[in-house]
Amino acid sequence: MSNIISITKKEFRSYFNSPIAYIFIITFLVITSWLFFRPFFVVDQASMRPFFSLLPWVFLFFIPSITMRLWAEEKKLGTIELLMTWPITDLEAVLGKFFASFAFLAITILLTFPIPITVSLLGNADIGPIIGGYVGTFFLGAAYLSIGLFISSLTENQIIAFILSTILIFLLFIIGEEFVLVTIPTRLAPIFSFLGLGYHFDNICRGVLDSRDLFYYLSVIIFFLFLNIRSLESRKWK
Amino acid sequence: MIEVKELTKRFGSTVAVDNISFEVNKGEILGFLGPNGAGKTTTMRILTCFFPPDSGKVNIEDLDLFENSLEIRKRVGYLPESSPLYQDMMVIDYLDFVGRIRKIPSNNLKKKIDDMIQICGLEGVVYKDIGKLSKGYRQRVGLAQTLIHDPDILILDEPTQGLDPNQIIEIRELIKKIGKEKTVILSSHILPEVSATCGRIVIINKGKIVGSGTPEEMISKAEGADIIFARVRGPKDLVESKLKEIKGLDKIQDISPQPDGTNLFKIKAQPKIDISEDIFFVVAQNGWSLSELTKEKATLEDVFKQLTTGSEANE
Repeated sequence: MSNIISITKKEFRSYFNSPIAYIFIITFLVITSWLFFRPFFVVDQASMRPFFSLLPWVFLFFIPSITMRLWAEEKKLGTIELLMTWPITDLEAVLGKFFASFAFLAITILLTFPIPITVSLLGNADIGPIIGGYVGTFFLGAAYLSIGLFISSLTENQIIAFILSTILIFLLFIIGEEFVLVTIPTRLAPIFSFLGLGYHFDNICRGVLDSRDLFYYLSVIIFFLFLNIRSLESRKWK
Repeated sequence: MIEVKELTKRFGSTVAVDNISFEVNKGEILGFLGPNGAGKTTTMRILTCFFPPDSGKVNIEDLDLFENSLEIRKRVGYLPESSPLYQDMMVIDYLDFVGRIRKIPSNNLKKKIDDMIQICGLEGVVYKDIGKLSKGYRQRVGLAQTLIHDPDILILDEPTQGLDPNQIIEIRELIKKIGKEKTVILSSHILPEVSATCGRIVIINKGKIVGSGTPEEMISKAEGADIIFARVRGPKDLVESKLKEIKGLDKIQDISPQPDGTNLFKIKAQPKIDISEDIFFVVAQNGWSLSELTKEKATLEDVFKQLTTGSEANE
């Protein structure tokens, strides 16, 4: 347990060792606020639903850039040789890195707080769906992170990690979307839509926090963290 | 104590480590010597549990590599080749991080870090980013990382790489000092380093052990142990034939005939026989003059060359 905390701390601090983290957070806040508020006054509804439905697409680029470094850099620098020969289990290393990236993401998401405040000041906003939306966002973000983290462990090139993560997340997101579902046999449609990252987030955007959706995200997270551990072990099969 | 038995590791079709066995006792420094790509690093990576061997048995402090990997890792300090470090961390933060990973109690951690800074000579760079350090300093940070938890087993992959001559001597002395109570394996392809620090040497080539013993044993095993150069003024053929009569002389060769009548002979004696005095008497009795008589001892270089190029010729 203390190993996980040490690694989480170290990785979390290393995000802020360079100005990139700050630039990153600011860019994220500016882009999401701009995309949200531009049509906000035209539609004239005190709802955050458009904000939440925007996030999966912003995350598509934002999250792989959080995770691309985590393993690829260890491999490039060779520090993985020390990390894996210290008395740390593979699970501890994976979880430490995952929690660090999650903490960074959580801070970024929490910094969007002026948006719900503005929305509720301007109109009669329903607080329930906003809280539900934020909870869902954490789950969706964590699922993206676990995918990005796994991909990062497959390469020592951060750019490749970024691109492959974006592609994989994109594919997993759209398989549940309408325009994909119409092209496949109707019998398979429910399976595809259940597997899609997006399908579950639609419910959350609507303000419905269903335990099945959260369970789905948890399964995705555990599945990819498990793959990550296996890919570290793969050095043992060589 | 490290015991390695019949260790083999393959990467695809190449055999990186081929059925090697050796032992290192407590208080002993074992030098792992071999050309690049001989299998030194692979062996060390197996011993440090970075990856497992394909076959063979490794016991470290009576713990089995497969069953007690975590326990072994706690007792081993490992300095990988070229000392990989997190570039964006400050030296002090890095040592603090490693100290925590190594489970040094937090009330003792600060003292340990200070000790390491002092022992490894890091005083001037404590608050610098590791990425901005010179290679020598990075190597020292790596060494501090290796030693911070006072491990019983030290595995050092080319520990003096990138250091300047003064630092090399410092680090050697440090390793020798620490090595008195610990089990140390260090690898190198620099021969003087190994003969200066190590009590015992294992020479490895193409994944196989091709020789082992103390540096002195290795040298005495060397083919043509002693070579004598003698510069004699006198009739060349006669001198050569007279010298040939010396008992124990193996080979004689005139390597540089001079126009003034002196000849430089390269004389090889049979193993463990000193014939330098005999040479002097033969020359003196015949009334010639001897202007130079030097003995050249075989060095570890010769042994190394013989052992590592010999097996190539066999293939």
